[in-house]
Amino acid sequence: MSPLQAPVLEVEDLAVRFTRRGEQPTLAVDGVSFSVAPGETIGLVGESGCGKSVTSLAIMGLLPRRGVEVTGSVRFDGNDLVDAPDHVLRGLRGADMGMVFQDPLSSLNPTVPIGTQVTEVLLEHRQMSKAEARDEATRLLDRVGIPDPGRRLKEYPHQLSGGMRQRALIAMALACAPRLLIADEPTTALDVTIQAQILELLRELVVDSGTALVMITHDLGVVAGLCDRVHVMYAGKIIETADRHDLFARPRQPYTGGLLASVPRLDSARGAPLTPIRGSARDAIPWAEGCAFAPRCDNAQDDCLTEVSGSTVPLVPDGPGRELRCRHPLEHPSAPSGATASGAAR
Amino acid sequence: MTAVPTAGQDDLLRVEDLKVHFPIRKGVFFDRTVGHVKAVDGVSLTVPRGATYGLVGESGCGKSTLGRAILRLEEPTSGRVLFDGTDVAALKGEPLRQMRQRMQMVFQDPLGSLDPRQNVESLLSEPLHAHGLGGGKAGIAEKIRGLLDAVGLPSAALRRYPHEFSGGQRQRIGIARAVALEPDLLIADEPVSALDVSVQAQVINLLEELQERLGLTYLVIAHDLAVVRHISDVVGVMYLGSLVEQAPADALYEQPLHPYTRALMSAVPVPDPEVEEQRERILLAGDLPSPADPPTGCRFHTRCPWRQETRCDDEVPALRELGPGRLVSCHWAEEIRDGVLHPRSPEEVLHAGAAVHPGTGGRSRDDDPTPFLGRDTPVPRAEQG
Repeated sequence: MSPLQAPVLEVEDLAVRFTRRGEQPTLAVDGVSFSVAPGETIGLVGESGCGKSVTSLAIMGLLPRRGVEVTGSVRFDGNDLVDAPDHVLRGLRGADMGMVFQDPLSSLNPTVPIGTQVTEVLLEHRQMSKAEARDEATRLLDRVGIPDPGRRLKEYPHQLSGGMRQRALIAMALACAPRLLIADEPTTALDVTIQAQILELLRELVVDSGTALVMITHDLGVVAGLCDRVHVMYAGKIIETADRHDLFARPRQPYTGGLLASVPRLDSARGAPLTPIRGSARDAIPWAEGCAFAPRCDNAQDDCLTEVSGSTVPLVPDGPGRELRCRHPLEHPSAPSGATASGAAR
Repeated sequence: MTAVPTAGQDDLLRVEDLKVHFPIRKGVFFDRTVGHVKAVDGVSLTVPRGATYGLVGESGCGKSTLGRAILRLEEPTSGRVLFDGTDVAALKGEPLRQMRQRMQMVFQDPLGSLDPRQNVESLLSEPLHAHGLGGGKAGIAEKIRGLLDAVGLPSAALRRYPHEFSGGQRQRIGIARAVALEPDLLIADEPVSALDVSVQAQVINLLEELQERLGLTYLVIAHDLAVVRHISDVVGVMYLGSLVEQAPADALYEQPLHPYTRALMSAVPVPDPEVEEQRERILLAGDLPSPADPPTGCRFHTRCPWRQETRCDDEVPALRELGPGRLVSCHWAEEIRDGVLHPRSPEEVLHAGAAVHPGTGGRSRDDDPTPFLGRDTPVPRAEQG
């Protein structure tokens, strides 16, 4: 947290529990805390099932009430959102908080022209007249780089390409100049050249308007280019937090190190061996029994399990600006590479 | 099989001027063809035995259609596919079925390509039964155990069904099924893109290991340039149905010659903040034009930052050799390489394009080459050849 600017969003000890009759409740998000200041970009990184998307939905209050238990606090401008009534959330969503989803086709209404969907936000939150809203929508589409915006307003989502749909969605999210933008895998469904355009757009947005951006992604490359601070999630908990330079140069959690070592890089030589993490995210054990990553970890020792150490693995400060949840982290004497200790699986 | 050796002895696969065009039909009562989606438009490539050819490009460039056409899962419109000297495109019936034994495919979505009602044992023995291989019950059981072992699955997996496995394990089953017939050629269409990053590396390593052990030849189709660079000997880059550049993997990544390859490579995020901050980014203008109405001349000219006033708009560049094993289809490749020409910004490219071609660039899409083209509905793709 920078002392100069108060954070826009503070999430503290957020937990989301899905309950189903006759089944063990699932703890999708388990005590997640972070904050974002204006003009800051933070990344929530992790693989499928780690709880990153559920975190974003919980922040926006978009999870269904039934069968979902959200605890902890989400403070937007100091006001708690977890227990806020629907009309308060509705006033904030779209106006002060915007969200961009992964799949633009399923987030847009297929039966309504793009223009109507963009102006809807303006009419609702900015009390514009229809003509004003139309002009503003044209300006917004132009700003996100959609050519010939006047004509596009009349088109339906299926007539736009994937990249343009995502731009339209970003235009809607930006319509009211939100102070917080949550982007959940905004470029995963797009091609790399289009991804580069969208990331550039988000970068400009943060610089120009000081929006706080929460970037949720599984792509370490995207994180490396965009995020100031990075939170790595595994099985519902944050397991490592660091400034992006520190994180990529000296990953401490074996999971982070393993991820970096298993990604083929464009700038590495052909045939350079990849060191995969063994097993898959399914092998995680509940945090109550020990470190969820222990079954896949090369550094794991007996005290990673709760029954040996007597306590669950805590998230502790680990040098300036870093936090770590690990009892046997990777050591970095000087080597800046992210390889796990000695030949891993296979 | 009537093997007529025409190609070099060590070339397992030769594709010559292959075209796959899908007709666009219009009208309810009068079913007339109003145009064609030129998914693959004249591609030639050669894959030596034991090598890995990587095919990259963005969605809609025709790379998957090309892979399917080589296996005759898609009927080629014209051109030849020489597999070990035999023209696959001319085969029919039983000889084609026999040939398929030697060329297998690994699909992108392992859950979608495995029958949910078959257990692993049945999934793996099916191809053996179909081709009358394996030598009786005991032989097949023996073979299946060997396969599971080769792809790193426990033998307890035999009685389980696809939904009981994780994505990575499912992809292993898909690979085991493909190598069950001991093929010579394996075409892998986006083999890892549906998997989590930590699991991708496992599958990539498995593919490499199998290649070494079984002497397989690979054609790997992927949009992820880093993955392709990692496993390929030769890389071909496709744009709108044609190859724009082909080169040995290392050479290509050291110095891409085609403007599209340059842009593509500069767009791939590298998981290293230092690299990310220093690299030169070439942003492309707009989206992929429609393959039903591709731009004239060089197909990339509507988005090319290096587009010139002459030649680019009206003259189709040939794929020409520019150094050992390096093919590139750009009129200005030498000038761009030597830094004589300078790129323009995406805004300038867009405006230049709008002035010259009011039509193109407007209607454009970057997804699958079939779905929405206004009211013109293309014929659904035939799934089986």
